[in-house]
Parts: sequence; structure tokens; C-alpha cells
Amino acid sequence: MNVFLKIEGLTVEYRSGNRHVHAVNDLDLQLGEGEVLGFVGETGAGKTTTALSILRILPNPPAKVLGGKVIFKDQDIIQLSDREMRAIRGEEIAMIFQDPMTSLDPVKTVGDQICEMILLHRNCSKKEAWEMAGDMLETVGIDRGRAGDYPHQFSGGMKQRVVIAIALSCKPSLLIADEPTTALDVTIQAQILELMKELKKKYQSSMIMITHDLGIVAEICDNVAIMYAGGVLEYGSVMDIYKDPRHPYTRALFDSIPDVHRDQARLKVISGLPPDPTDIPSGCPFHPRCPHCTERCKTEKPEVVHLNETHWARCFLAQEEGRYEHE
Amino acid sequence: MSEPLLEVRHLKKYFTTKKGLLHAVDDVSFSIEEGKTLGLVGESGCGKSTTGRVILRLHEATGGEVLYRGRNILELSPREMREMRRKMQIVFQDPYSSLNPRMSVKSLIEESLLQRSRGMSSAEREQKVLAIMDLVGLERRLAYAFPHELDGGRRQRIGIARALILEPEFVVLDEPVSALDVCIQAQILNLLMDLQKELKLTYLFISHNLSVVKHISDEIAVMYLGKLVEKADHETIFKDPKHPYTKALLSAIPIPDPTLHPERIILEGDVASPINPSPGCRFRTRCRHAMPVCGEAAPELMQNGKSIVACHLCNPQSVETARVGGQE
Repeated sequence: MNVFLKIEGLTVEYRSGNRHVHAVNDLDLQLGEGEVLGFVGETGAGKTTTALSILRILPNPPAKVLGGKVIFKDQDIIQLSDREMRAIRGEEIAMIFQDPMTSLDPVKTVGDQICEMILLHRNCSKKEAWEMAGDMLETVGIDRGRAGDYPHQFSGGMKQRVVIAIALSCKPSLLIADEPTTALDVTIQAQILELMKELKKKYQSSMIMITHDLGIVAEICDNVAIMYAGGVLEYGSVMDIYKDPRHPYTRALFDSIPDVHRDQARLKVISGLPPDPTDIPSGCPFHPRCPHCTERCKTEKPEVVHLNETHWARCFLAQEEGRYEHE
Repeated sequence: MSEPLLEVRHLKKYFTTKKGLLHAVDDVSFSIEEGKTLGLVGESGCGKSTTGRVILRLHEATGGEVLYRGRNILELSPREMREMRRKMQIVFQDPYSSLNPRMSVKSLIEESLLQRSRGMSSAEREQKVLAIMDLVGLERRLAYAFPHELDGGRRQRIGIARALILEPEFVVLDEPVSALDVCIQAQILNLLMDLQKELKLTYLFISHNLSVVKHISDEIAVMYLGKLVEKADHETIFKDPKHPYTKALLSAIPIPDPTLHPERIILEGDVASPINPSPGCRFRTRCRHAMPVCGEAAPELMQNGKSIVACHLCNPQSVETARVGGQE
């Protein structure tokens, strides 16, 4: 698989007064062509900030990229001029936001909102754009006759379909979906996931799926990055991560979800709270909550331990086999 | 079998809207035994929260009965109801918006004591507040902190402390963990289960998350558009769902295991409007098994094996009744 997005040492900080919030710390990741990568982590793990820096839509100030590279198709996005970036945004990289209720313009028809994107990037007439907007609506399962309707005339699931139609209207090679189904009901979520799977097949675009739902990841992603305190703790294929998790945090994350298909008397809980992003612990960021913490973890940041070609973890103990029992 | 603590009979709540009558809760009946948990699940707008609120009389019911230890609380006078509410409490969904941002943790928890236990000295009250903080796992040092200084999990602990300080017997938990991260969610679920054992509480647990409901409930009731469609103990409903809606709801949950690819039932379309619903089964517009009879008469809840189901497909005898009813 060709690597077409590569993030190296990305560091992003939010400043408010004298406080420096370390949102993303020295993050390395890569994404192959046609691959679906899941970003998993708790609130504040830096998932959305990473996504926004790929699109360069971080609110600046307060956010500031302190270092690192985001290499997309052989050019460093961080170094591009605003004009060059505008050509990539929407055309090459598009984003689906979490809340379809607020990400559409309430005073424009959905057809116009799709046209807006097409007219910005394609050299075509208004009429052709409207035609294409109708096609897009049909692709996401909405009757083209509804292009003249306003967002409030659609239900939540339908609005999210419109948002997907806008994102896909210029056939981007990378689609970033930030919790696309969190605001929806389960039966509607199932519809949207099914649609995204179909579209992934049809357009062959790569995708970054940001979610906290490990079920969605299992269903739709090829690879997973487990994020914590602004960095990736473990990365691997879905099989590696689900069947052979090596980082204690990954393991704990799996233990804390109630599983419909298993009977558990009590959920295992990670003690303590996620770290304060203004004061990230020294050494391994997970050490204050880790049941296997050693003296070394407190002072030294673990290097990446490669377990196989695609699977790695940042943990001193990652090499030890069978440390965790698999239920 | 012990006496039910709470029995809801033919509960109805209609709201008048410009477009017509909105049937939020339509003829819902269930009972909860003392010390047990009933999980109420369904999608947004199915009336699950309204049911919880009508039981506490935060909304007045349009019809039906709510029997608490055999006494119909819908007929109580406001004064009697105030006394009753001491025994019946609620924990709300969003710990970010349900707490007054200008009150400290201590005064938030103390507030309900001030209302209900006049004549208690401030030292006694403080003792009680600290005791309940220990119980729900809030550090004593946080007594003078404000909600914005705390994370979601701690805020929800305040919500639970506020509900429990009056020593209730029955608690409505309205999506208590939906706004929390998975790890924090697990902490709060464990806390709720420990408290139930310790204080012999009875819960009505309202949620849209089936895995959470399964974890905490003894019995589970599924609602769709104001109607109860199926009720069974928590194992039966997952192993042997009867109603087509329950089946679809269960199959829609993404499974955190990449090796399993169960067949998924995708429901077409959206939930219909609860305003002036047409007669017949409410689910028929999205049901793949819909039959002509489904449009004629609403199915009644009937015993089917270990479950109670309202569906013409599962209960052939209900089709007969509907036919006979239609001819008359």
C-alpha cells in the first residue's frame, strides 16, 4: 500500500493566558491509499485536534502548531500558503463533522450547499453543478427532488447524509469523519455506517474515522490508532488491536465497555482520570493509572516497540507475550 | 415473588401541539419489584424520558395510574406529593447543565436537605453531606469546589448524591451515563450497582444504549413511539428477541470484535411522527414483516414464552382478536 499521508512529530498547543494546553504531542502516524484508519480515545486525547491540523482549520489563536510535518502526496501541508491550502481543502481532503444539526447552513437549501462546494473546485456552470448536486443526493440515498429543501425539513440521519454528500461531492482522496454517528440513534447509525461502507467501496478514498466506539472501529476500519494524552500509544491492524492488545491502556479500554454478548458481573475500571492536558505526566503519559507501572515508566518515555510489520506499542512491557488474559 | 414497589397501569401522556395531539406515552404498563432495576430502552422521541417524568409527576399524566406500594400517586395532593418525592428521586442525563454553576458542591448537595428537612442543624446537615459524598466517591476536599472545576464523572456523582441524600427508595435514572466517556461510564455504572445493593434501591434506568441497559437491568422494556413493544428479563431479550423492532435494535449495535460479522437488519426510513398516529401498529411503516392486519388494529401486549410482546406476527391469537374486533 502506498503511503500518502504521513504525520511526523506533530505537536499542537492551545494557549489561554499563561496556560499551555498540550493537545497533540509529537505524534507520528501514516495512512495508506484506500485505507480506513480509526482514531480511538477518550475526550481530550487529541483526536479532533489532529484531524483539524491535517485540514489546517485549527482556530489560530488559541491553537498553534509548534512543530512536525503533515506530508500529504509529497508536500508538507503545514508549509503551504493559504491559497494552496484552499485548493486542497474540500477537493483533496474533506471532513464530516460530528453534529449534522449544526454543520449545515439553516438558510440555504441543501442543493445550494452541495453546489457551493462543487462551484468552488470545479470549472462548471451553476446548472451543471445543480445536476451534480442531485446526483450526489441520490448517491447518499436521498431523492433528488429534495435538493430545494432546507436542512430543518430533514431528520437527523438525513442531514448527516447531506453532510456526507457535500464532503464527497468533489471526490476527495482523503475523507476525515469526526464521530459521524455519535449524534444519531442506533438504527440510524446502522444506516449511515452501511452507507459509508458502500461509498468507501465505490470511491476508493482513504478515510480517517474518529470515534470512541470500538464497535464502529471493528466494523469499518482497517487499522486503529489508540490515542491518549495527545499521542498514539498503540497502532495496528484491527485484528492485532482487538485480538492481541499490548498496551495496558488499550486492554483497559476494552474492559470498560459493557458488552452485549458477554455477561459481566462488574466492569473493570481504569483508576483515576485522564491526564490534565496542561500538565502531562512525565515518562509514559499513562503511568499514573497503569496497573503495571514501574519506576522506569515514571521518568522515561517508552520508545515504539515493533511487534510485527504493522503493529506497534509505546510500552516497555509490550514485548512480553501473554501478559493479559483473553476472555 | 415480592410485591411490586411501583406499578404503572395504562399510563398516557399527550401533549397538545399546533399540528395536533402528540402521543408521547400511550398506554404503557409495567411494574418494578423492590430492589430491582427495570431498563427502559428506545430511540429518541419514543417517550422513555417522558415516562420517567410522568411517574414522578414532573409532567402530569393524561391518563392511567401509577401505584407506589399500592397507592395511586397521581391522585395525591401537592402537599402529599412533596412528601412522596422524598422517596422518589431522579438523576438527570447531562451533568453539565443540570447543576447550578454558581453553587458549590456542598451547597448543591445540601439544597434538597434544606427543602425537606427543616429543623436540622447546620452541623447535622454538614455531617450528612460529607457522609453522602463519601458514599458516592466524591473526595471531601471538593466540598467547596464549583461544578465547572470538575469532570463529567464527578459532576454526575454530585447528581447522584443530590438524589440519594433524602434516602429515597426509588430512583429514576434518566440516561445517567450517556454524556460520559466509556471509562468514566464504567465507574458510574459500578457505583450505581454498588449503591443499589447497599441501600436496597429500586431503579428505573432509562437509556438508548442497549449494552449499558443490559449490564445494569434485571428486566428490560423496549419502547417505540410511545408504546411498549416488548418486555422480558435481561437475558431473554438479548438471546431470544421476539419483536421485529427489538431484533433490529439489537442487530444495529456495532460489535467490538472484527471476527464477527452478524447479519444486520437495516431499518428503512425514520421514526414516524408521534403526532396524531394512525391506528394499527406504530412500527409497521418500518417493519419488513408488516401484514394488512398491522394497519387495522394495534397489537396488544401478550405473553409469548418468557417475554411479553405486542406484535401480530408473534401472537397469532392477537390477529384473531383484531379481526373479530374489526368486524364488530
